[in-house]
Amino acid sequence: MPRSADSAFGAARGPAGGVRPAPSPATAGSPAAVAVVPPADGGRRWLSSRGWGTILIFLTPALLLFGLLVIAPIALAAYTSLLDWNGFRGTEEFIGLENFRRLLEDEVFVGDLRRGLILIVLSVTVQLPLALGLALLLNQPIRGRAVYRVMFFAPYVLAEVITAVLFQMVLSPNAGLANQVLSGIGLGGLAEEWLSNTSTVLYAVFVVITWKYFGFYMILFLAARQSIPAEIIEAAAVDGATGWNTFRHVTLPLLGPTIRIAVFLSIIGTIQLFDAVWVLTEGGPVNASETMAITMYRYGFESFEVGYASAISIAMFLISLVFALLYQRFVLRRDMEGAVTVIGGKR
Amino acid sequence: MFRDHRSRRAGTPTAAFELGKGQLMTTPISRRSLLGLAGATAGAALLGACGDDKGTDSGGNATIEWWHISNTDPMLGIWQQAANDFMAKNPGVTIKITPLANEAFKSKLTTVTQSGNAPSLFSSWGGGVLAQQVDAGLLKDISADISSWVGNLAPVSLKYYQVDGKYYGLPFDSGMVGFWYNKDLFAKANITNPPATWTEFLDAVRNLKAAGVTPIALGGKDKWPTHFYWSYLALRIGGAESLEAAMRDKNFETPDLLTATQKLKELFDLQPFQKGFLAATYDKPDGQAALVGNGKAAMELMGQFAPSNQAAFSQSKSGLGDKLGFFPFPSVEGGKGKVSDIFGGGNGFAVGKDAPPKTVEFLKYLLDVEVQRKGAASGAILPVTKGAEDAIKDPNQQVVAKTVNESTAFQLYLDQAWEPKVGQQVNDSVTELLAGKATPDRVLKSINNAAKR
Repeated sequence: MPRSADSAFGAARGPAGGVRPAPSPATAGSPAAVAVVPPADGGRRWLSSRGWGTILIFLTPALLLFGLLVIAPIALAAYTSLLDWNGFRGTEEFIGLENFRRLLEDEVFVGDLRRGLILIVLSVTVQLPLALGLALLLNQPIRGRAVYRVMFFAPYVLAEVITAVLFQMVLSPNAGLANQVLSGIGLGGLAEEWLSNTSTVLYAVFVVITWKYFGFYMILFLAARQSIPAEIIEAAAVDGATGWNTFRHVTLPLLGPTIRIAVFLSIIGTIQLFDAVWVLTEGGPVNASETMAITMYRYGFESFEVGYASAISIAMFLISLVFALLYQRFVLRRDMEGAVTVIGGKR
Repeated sequence: MFRDHRSRRAGTPTAAFELGKGQLMTTPISRRSLLGLAGATAGAALLGACGDDKGTDSGGNATIEWWHISNTDPMLGIWQQAANDFMAKNPGVTIKITPLANEAFKSKLTTVTQSGNAPSLFSSWGGGVLAQQVDAGLLKDISADISSWVGNLAPVSLKYYQVDGKYYGLPFDSGMVGFWYNKDLFAKANITNPPATWTEFLDAVRNLKAAGVTPIALGGKDKWPTHFYWSYLALRIGGAESLEAAMRDKNFETPDLLTATQKLKELFDLQPFQKGFLAATYDKPDGQAALVGNGKAAMELMGQFAPSNQAAFSQSKSGLGDKLGFFPFPSVEGGKGKVSDIFGGGNGFAVGKDAPPKTVEFLKYLLDVEVQRKGAASGAILPVTKGAEDAIKDPNQQVVAKTVNESTAFQLYLDQAWEPKVGQQVNDSVTELLAGKATPDRVLKSINNAAKR
């Protein structure tokens, strides 16, 4: 498929199509190109100049908004990340990539990456399987399952901030519910200063986040499970598949697309984690629960090192972007197949 | 970003809840505010284009834009009354008051100053941020206008409203940090006199622990209460000017500061704080103020606003009452500083670059002894104008005011005196020391690096 042939269509697709080659003037502008339907191409036709005008009119507002609200702030942050600036007008100093060099030496930022990785691994290996297990359980015909579904989903409805305030009380070392319960059932030895101990705080944070979000993933998985036709499961049973085999070879593969999306959402959410941690610990004690977003906030709005904070935000943006692109390219690819209109038919 | 102690001191518990937040805000923020980093920058550029209205003073008519953070009574009413009286005496002058909550004030001021504008008169704590505002050309030099009457003010905290010897604002309130202690708990540990030296102090901590009492309450999550200890030790060991000198020379790796940091570690090694102090805040129901107010800890190192917060967060809502005592930070054997050198801070006002000349007259009126007496009598401020002190009614506040007036040197809170990046580093590093995550050497090195940046 010659790429220049679909370029007109590509450009018309809006910002996402920006990487595609521009229409060659020879074809797009010439009268011969008007309203010609290339027979080999199954219905694609060249646009008339009137068509271009329409596209322009309909696209401009969206492009303007996108440019103003998405592209411009990113560009500004990228520019600011090259400055040594305390936020007051006229005091900025251009220092090139110095902020990024400092970033790589910053123990806190490198620690953020490590802590982020720990949280991601825990989310994928603990939080999502837990949600999946519950979803499958609640798909069984058990008494009162609607009640359980609502109950498990309820934490997701709470705001992150409220969740954090709640758990601040639960995990309080002196009067907190967690320690009271532990000593009440004779496990007083397990009572810990959960949020004030640098070696437990990150896991305490993870528990809080899991409590908040497992219901969301559970609902996702439940919906996906319910869309699997009963016939397929029955057919497997007729063929003599055991419960585990049915799960392993029928249910799980059919849940694949949902699981892959859930992993994606979970990872992106972890990279951007802020609210709950900020309220719960402010990233402390001694950075032990700090995330990239918190480091950025602390430099930007407490130390007023706006340039350095922008560098962190750019780093965060790039990490998320690269991850999202790679994940979509390599993991979500088969889920997108056929669901997304691809220029030129097939990839 | 700043402690706005006094102006809220006598307010409702809700207002008190916001007290003493240092530069570490604990206000919950939504994800939306994160966009602010990019957004505020973009916003500043956009806003720069508009809003260039200056308080013009053609023909005696002038509009004074006044932003303050005393948004609860009694100061809200006292300021309003002062503005009304001034307008009555000065026909043609309009004072437009914008009372704001602490956090709202900071974000609103940041937005406006980033566009190169400033209100005529606005809340300030002097020090590093004032200096940054001067650097950005946002403030007006009022030295000549106030020279005839600035002598009426107690000299103690004036220097923090000066940059290169010129005044850009004035304080209306000043206070200090010291130990607030529970007399009953001290008696229980057989401590008859409040400790006067560092050795006695460490002994007192040991005795309290032996008596089964938590010696000291600390809000480690907020960090700024922690830096009080380091600052005071530095002042006692290195002398009154040692901290400002270190900042000026950008050299914190001095023998005196090292000794101070090591002494602090001695204290931390005794484990004098309550369980879970690293996650505790100053102003929450299970925080520092509440522990002392409920009699669960024997003392805290805190500013003049401590008693009112102890009361506000205690279960009885009245705190310790006459069981509460005050003693200054003890002297350190062999140190160069005096017990009368104090550390702390208060509130003031800065004058914007485009302020009409009447603004300074109005500032003078706000610092008039009668207006100051009203504030002092309400319990909301510790006055700076000479002759207003005797209006203070609370005995604890009288002690603080007396100590402030008899002080030999004054050091402002470091996270206000210095530019935020250094002040924050001090808070962070001292907290690391406290958590056993940094050695004294490393603490000083980190602060040094921040100062040089």
